[in-house]
Amino acid sequence: MKILTGNDLKTGAVTWWDGSSWSLHVEDAVDVGEHSETIIAEEEAARRVISAYAIDATVTAEGVRPAHIKDRIRALGPTVRPDLTLKPSDPNAGNWVI
Amino acid sequence: MYKYDQYDQEMVDTRVAEFRDQTRRRLEGHLTEEQFRPLRLQNGLYLQLHAYMLRVAVPYGTLSSAQMRMLGDIADKYDRGYGHFPTRQNIQYNWIKLEDAPDILADLASVEMHAIQTSGNCIRNISSDQYAGSAADELIDPRPYAELLRQWSSFHPEFLALPRKFKIAVIASKTDRAAMKLHDIGIEIVRNDKGEIGAAFYVGGGMGRTPMIAPLIREFVPLDQLITYSEACLRVYNRYGRRDNKYKARIKILVHELGKEEYTRQVEEEFTHLLTQGIEPPLAELERIKTYFVDPPFDLDAADELDRSDPDFALWVDNNCAPHKQKGYIIATVSLKPAGGIPGDASADQIRLMANLAKEYSFDELRVTHAQNIVYPHVRKADLHALWQKLEDAGLGTANLDSIGDIIACPGLDYCSLANARSIPVAQKISERFAAQDRLDQIGELKLKISGCINACGHHHAGHIGILGVDRKGTENYQLLLGGCEGADTSLGQITGPGFSEDGIVDAVEKATGVYLANKQEGERFLDTYRRIGMTPFKEAIYG
Repeated sequence: MKILTGNDLKTGAVTWWDGSSWSLHVEDAVDVGEHSETIIAEEEAARRVISAYAIDATVTAEGVRPAHIKDRIRALGPTVRPDLTLKPSDPNAGNWVI
Repeated sequence: MYKYDQYDQEMVDTRVAEFRDQTRRRLEGHLTEEQFRPLRLQNGLYLQLHAYMLRVAVPYGTLSSAQMRMLGDIADKYDRGYGHFPTRQNIQYNWIKLEDAPDILADLASVEMHAIQTSGNCIRNISSDQYAGSAADELIDPRPYAELLRQWSSFHPEFLALPRKFKIAVIASKTDRAAMKLHDIGIEIVRNDKGEIGAAFYVGGGMGRTPMIAPLIREFVPLDQLITYSEACLRVYNRYGRRDNKYKARIKILVHELGKEEYTRQVEEEFTHLLTQGIEPPLAELERIKTYFVDPPFDLDAADELDRSDPDFALWVDNNCAPHKQKGYIIATVSLKPAGGIPGDASADQIRLMANLAKEYSFDELRVTHAQNIVYPHVRKADLHALWQKLEDAGLGTANLDSIGDIIACPGLDYCSLANARSIPVAQKISERFAAQDRLDQIGELKLKISGCINACGHHHAGHIGILGVDRKGTENYQLLLGGCEGADTSLGQITGPGFSEDGIVDAVEKATGVYLANKQEGERFLDTYRRIGMTPFKEAIYG
């Protein structure tokens, strides 16, 4: 599947296209098929996202999983600071990245 | 240390107001991201993996305690309670909000700091010896010349759109502590046969994907022609540097392609022309700058003895302190590399504590090093134990300077959008593997440097042991290099062979140290043994 990710203009936070808006959580990401360029153009023009791009991902038992490690780290947060990730209380969250 | 005059302050304040307006226009939609991006980069604001990242300049690595305290306050107020000291004598914040950036720049300006020219194809922050003004082995304090270069290069209209970024280092010791020959221009202040002080110019060094050691292009430039000669070097580069290919745009490529002789010939021709133009700043300005770098009021009767009865303290003194030019004083380095820690990271509380201790024990002054540590340049030996005790209590007393635990590591794929692999977890595993004091003592000086991509922000080419993270079909992989060095005898590391997994690279480092320990002769460091016995025994052990 193809999903969209980018950064919030004001905060710089990593966001994922959930079909109608931008979520902080990769598990909300939806397959955009062939529509990535159209969505990115509209959303960047509306200043709801910057530096957006489409990536490959799969759906696993744990939810949506970006194909590349860089995007998995973007989805979780820095693996060396679990306290700053989106799952600070999950000691195994870093394993999902690898 | 240098204090802003009305021009410096007005320039910085004006830039803050300008960026505040640019940010407002971006948030209101009057500027597109394409239009805004170069503007934010000119103010050190990058978009990184998780958020905006702000890089703040620390000119030639010198900070007052008030400035350091502000860096801690910014970490608390606008970031997530910590800052990162990278390899460019500056500080980076990883979690900045765009709407806060103008306020941060205003806070920085209130303590005579900024983020100007910390990005983009311009002359970047001038770097220098972290022991400048203190070192027992220095000829003179190089910082007035670094400051003169800072003023010359700030907003220099001719050099704001160079083919590529440009880094200058200035030192005044034979012991090169600033990796001077791995800069675009490395300036070494020297004394000639007549006893005159001048500058040797090394041009065309750098790391990145094409590492090169800068050749010496002129042995002696009179100090009252320093800026004119620098301008000549830049002019030739600006005229002929490759703008057609980003990867061939650094001056090292120009010097290499033209050849040292032809590049030098063109610089000398330009220099001769520029001497007729009278561009050198007035001597009075240099003299004004020098007044800010006079020695602090040392206690000339300070005791020169140290009480070494506390073994932990004695260990820290032996590892982390260096001789001072003034009897009764010493230079002390705070290692930001605890075993298992993140190299170069410091919490807001730690940053403020280091600031307060500088006020109490080091004439209000600190230095940031390219090796991601902090220096107190002027500590009275009688005060050293008290300083160490307070550092130790705050988790800042690690005694591992220049050892295998004192690892340089770039932020890597945990933070950087350019990285291919994570650097920090590898650094953490290696520092934990070698944490035992007897192992550190046994191995001695070993500079290990890790980069998460070919851009080499972690200086892996210059490590006695270097590690380069690469992306191999979507998986992190790590290449091992041996034999790099950044000092007076600068050399570039050589790749041992096929790469390793994250755990495999830690084992490979251990095998390399094993070869050293099995072969070292009396007084040899790892690097010395490698240079004597060559790569073969290491390869046999690592891949055998």
